[in-house]
Amino acid sequence: MKLHVRLFAGARDLAGADHVVVELPAGATVADLRARLVALCPRLAELAKRCAVAVDAEFAGDGDVLKDGAEIALLPPVSGG
Amino acid sequence: MIRLTIEPIDFAALTEAARRPDCGGVVLFLGTVRDLTDGRITTALDYEAYPGMAEKKLAEIEEETCRRWPVGAMALVHRLGCLGVGEISVAAAVSCPHRAEAFEACRFAIDRLKELVPIWKKENWADGSTEWVHPATSAK
Repeated sequence: MKLHVRLFAGARDLAGADHVVVELPAGATVADLRARLVALCPRLAELAKRCAVAVDAEFAGDGDVLKDGAEIALLPPVSGG
Repeated sequence: MIRLTIEPIDFAALTEAARRPDCGGVVLFLGTVRDLTDGRITTALDYEAYPGMAEKKLAEIEEETCRRWPVGAMALVHRLGCLGVGEISVAAAVSCPHRAEAFEACRFAIDRLKELVPIWKKENWADGSTEWVHPATSAK
C-alpha cells in the first residue's frame, strides 16, 4: 500500500517536503512506517525518535497496524501556547 | 467553544462570552509572545498547526474539562501565523460557580493544550536565525 505521510514543523524542514509517500506491505505497523521514513530521509532520524505518529488525526502506538488510505502524520514534540 | 484563528484574539469578547449568571468565578489565561528565551532575544514566533487534529484535540480538552469541573462556559482559542512580541497566541476562558474550580479548570485546559494539541512554534531570533521549538518532553 502507498501511504501519504504529512510532515510538520521541524520534520518538514528536515525532509524538505510537507509530505512523503511511503510504500509498505499490507499489515505494516506504525513502527514499520517510522523505519521506512528514516530510511527514505536519514536526516529525520534523530527527530523522528521523539515524534508521535497520528493515524486519522489520532495518536497511534508503534504496534498499531496501518490501513490503506489512512491519513498519517509525523508530529514532532508540540510547542503550542 | 474552541477555535484556531489567524486573527488577533479578542480576549474581552471571549471572557464576556464565558460569563454565566450561575457562575461567580471567571478565569482568563492569556499566553503571549515573550521577548527573551534562555537569554536569547525573540523578535517573533511563527505558529502552525495540523488543523483537523488540532481542532479535534481542543474539542476533547473542552469536553474533558467540562466533565471534570462544573464549567458554565469556556473558550479555548489558539492563534496561528506570525506573531510579534507581546501578541496573544492563546487564550483560555473558563467560568464556574466558584473561583477555586474556575482556576483549576482553566489551568487544566491550558496545560493539556500545551501537552497534546499539534501546534508548533518557530523562534525568530534577533540575529536573524530561526528554530522550531520541539521540547525534550514528548507530545504525549
